[in-house]
Amino acid sequence: MSVALPAADITRALMRISHEILERNSGSQSLVLLGIPTRGVHLAQRIASNIATIESATVPLGTLDITLHRDDLRMQPPRALMPTNIPSVGIDGRDVVLIDDVLFSGRTIRAALDALGEIGRPKSVQLAVLVDRGHRQLPIRPDFVGKNLPTSLTQSIKVHLMEMDGCDEVLLESQGGAS
Amino acid sequence: MKHLLSIADLTPTSAMSILDTAQEMSRVSASSVKKLPTLRGRTIVNLFLEDSTRTRISFEAAAKRLSADVINFSAKGSSVSKGESLKDTAQTLQAMGADAVIIRHSASGAAQWLADSEWMSGSVINAGDGTHEHPTQALLDAFTIRKHLGGGTGDLRGLQVAIVGDILHSRVARSNVQLLTLLGAQVILVAPPTLLPVGVESWPVQISYDLDAVLPIVDAVMMLRVQLERMNDFFFPNPREYSHFFGLNRDRLRTLKSGAIIMHPGPMNRGLEITADCADSARSVIVEQVTNGVSVRMAVLYLLLAGLQEEEPSVNS
Amino acid sequence: MSNYLIKGGALADGSKRDLYIADGLIVEKGSAITHPAIASAIVIDASNSLVLPGFVDLHTHLREPGREDTETVLSGSRSGAAGGFTALSAMANTSPVADTAGVVEQVFRLGQEAGLCDVFPIGAVTQGLLGKSLSEIGAMAQSAARVRVFSDDGNCVADPMVMRRALEYIKQFDGVIAQHAQDPDLTQGAQMNEGIVSSRLGLRGWPAVAEEAIIARDVLLADHVQSRIHICHLTTAGGVEIVRWAKARGIQVTAEVTPHHLLLTDDEAISYNPVYKVNPPLRTQADVMALREGLADGTIDIVSTDHAPHPTESKECEWQEAAFGMIGLETAFSIVQATMIDSGLMTWTDLVNRMSIAPAKIGKYEKQGLDLMVGSPANLTIVNPSLSWRVDRDLVKSRSRNTPFHGLELPGVVIATMFNGNVTHG
Ligand SMILES: [Zn+2]
Repeated sequence: MSVALPAADITRALMRISHEILERNSGSQSLVLLGIPTRGVHLAQRIASNIATIESATVPLGTLDITLHRDDLRMQPPRALMPTNIPSVGIDGRDVVLIDDVLFSGRTIRAALDALGEIGRPKSVQLAVLVDRGHRQLPIRPDFVGKNLPTSLTQSIKVHLMEMDGCDEVLLESQGGAS
Repeated sequence: MKHLLSIADLTPTSAMSILDTAQEMSRVSASSVKKLPTLRGRTIVNLFLEDSTRTRISFEAAAKRLSADVINFSAKGSSVSKGESLKDTAQTLQAMGADAVIIRHSASGAAQWLADSEWMSGSVINAGDGTHEHPTQALLDAFTIRKHLGGGTGDLRGLQVAIVGDILHSRVARSNVQLLTLLGAQVILVAPPTLLPVGVESWPVQISYDLDAVLPIVDAVMMLRVQLERMNDFFFPNPREYSHFFGLNRDRLRTLKSGAIIMHPGPMNRGLEITADCADSARSVIVEQVTNGVSVRMAVLYLLLAGLQEEEPSVNS
Repeated sequence: MSNYLIKGGALADGSKRDLYIADGLIVEKGSAITHPAIASAIVIDASNSLVLPGFVDLHTHLREPGREDTETVLSGSRSGAAGGFTALSAMANTSPVADTAGVVEQVFRLGQEAGLCDVFPIGAVTQGLLGKSLSEIGAMAQSAARVRVFSDDGNCVADPMVMRRALEYIKQFDGVIAQHAQDPDLTQGAQMNEGIVSSRLGLRGWPAVAEEAIIARDVLLADHVQSRIHICHLTTAGGVEIVRWAKARGIQVTAEVTPHHLLLTDDEAISYNPVYKVNPPLRTQADVMALREGLADGTIDIVSTDHAPHPTESKECEWQEAAFGMIGLETAFSIVQATMIDSGLMTWTDLVNRMSIAPAKIGKYEKQGLDLMVGSPANLTIVNPSLSWRVDRDLVKSRSRNTPFHGLELPGVVIATMFNGNVTHG
């Protein structure tokens, strides 16, 4: 097990992503940030507060639970649904940034795009992730990446965040057997 | 959890998780796109051996919003009415690959009997068995109470709920007494003694014969359907006397405390246990109960069927 | 006919005695048999076992004629022999009903042909068990079957005037009316004991008072007309009290309890498994304790099985659709041992009285329920109380499988049964 991203790097990465989001969208006016539970929600909050500091503006912030749209439900015990909170401004005509901790197969994001379609019609949908570990199974790529971490399939990524886990770190674990 | 047969199978945690899940489902139901892919490929059978159009269509809507395949199997015109046994029916459904059977039956215990049998392997959901239980009705009632009086989250601690009418023959009452008390509410049963079961003294409830004394203190009042045939079995003298003592009318409506809600599992006997102006008043959440029924049933189907089922091999093994 | 030496067994009083049996009779009894023909006898090893008078069941449903698919006189006799019985009493609710001399003679003859135990037909009190008009009670009493016990069992003789007349009428040949005490109006559609469990299960309640009210009425009627009344399958503490009171007043009342009511309670219904559905219903633990006490102190005279065979489809269904009744001949002895002997409430002598002597007396079965004396017919059963066995519904001798004790480990094994000097089991 090794630390792939220490706390300071996480903070730096999120600040960089915050700047890049503003740059790409020419400011915060049209933005809506949606965190994907569970850790994506906290990352979205941090990015929102970064943007508030940079721009002295409040970006509409929400959460998007994608469980009901997952295609792997039958492979695991039933999951509790997490709340979905769409900001009162809605997403129609907005530039929506989906925020998650790790991008892997791309299936979560596919489900998120389906879930978004149920809510409205954004002008654009962008994707910000803290870690991209590769191994995509769908034609999906992130717009903003904290760190690219090439991994093998026998390895696993653990993201710890202060809000839930008591510290900030990204760990890379090598496992012996199958995952 | 594989089956939902009785509220007795639930813990406070599992009951709350159904209500919380229903909360999310109600958001889906409110959105413009009402269909989710969640149960795609699952086969759900509505086995309704007793007539109940409203419960059947509520389950059907719930299953379809989650993209399950729904087969309706009702008593009329089916082989059941031609003397086929529940066993034969169950084996047929098993052969058809039913992942879940939603059963409505006039015999108390039919759902449990089906689940305990080795005739089929799928989930069994009790949609009302005789005078025993109707767990999804209780769940939608608790959901409705929580939404109006509990801020939409948490349990029902501190709330008082009156259930009024034919407790003896009511599966809705049996399920509600258990669920509401499980979630911390206090239940008062109001009925003539003839319509309370012998043994009710062992239930975790208060009993009153005086509706007028109870109405001013409760947060919700649930009126139960009274069947006129009961009169012939000496349960009460006539409809007029029943309404006089146990019916909800305009005068009694005024004595409710502010914020209190009126509920009814339907179908109503307007003029007998509830007058039209009460049923249609601003206090009434009766129509909303129907809406919430779909969300709660979606939640139950999701929790029972979406995840890995025991008999399916795990992908990791 | 073979001759037998039953060796090494103990009698109910604990004394060790060997028995020599020839020509259907007990020929010699002692610790060392000296009979000259002893060398030719087949030896039955009864060591560690008790040798008891054959059990007598006063309440058996044999289903023939009419439902031979569920039991016949022959299969029921086999089942009885396996349970240690040498006499059964065939209830009248067959199809056709045993309400004429013709039907009771047919059943009696079938019993004799089977030859595994005495089968004494019980005659219906009323025609067709309908409770309206008396059946041909006299003709049945006078027939070859010599019927002395009359019962509408399955139905209650509900009309008090019909009951009064029946009680009076049977006095001419010292008969007895065996009443199935169940007020029909108080039990319409009833499914199980009315109480805490029924309130939760939503099954229609069967109040104790529906049984007790009839018992109270009938002991008063029996007193009034000075006749004999027998109360079938007592199930409630209140019923025990009424019978106790009636006996104290000198009323000619006898009562029976079934093995299942000595063991099981209405909690069994929580499973909604109809194998526990029985008429009268399983009651509460307090009732069970009162029944045991009543049987021990003699308020309840006898144990009867109320053996009630039903086809699988009548029990593999919803509770309210299912038939009432359980089979019980093959488990009766073990249940009584478990609940009454092993619990210290009764002695083996008491058990012999409740399961053999007293029922034979009530039914006037002269060659049954006799002490094992020289000269008595060899109707006996050999039981080993220290062995245990597991009930398996697939191995019963009965044609039906509806035992509530399937899978249960029970004490007491019936090693052998002998009817008129012939081994019928073992
Ligand atoms: Zn009976």
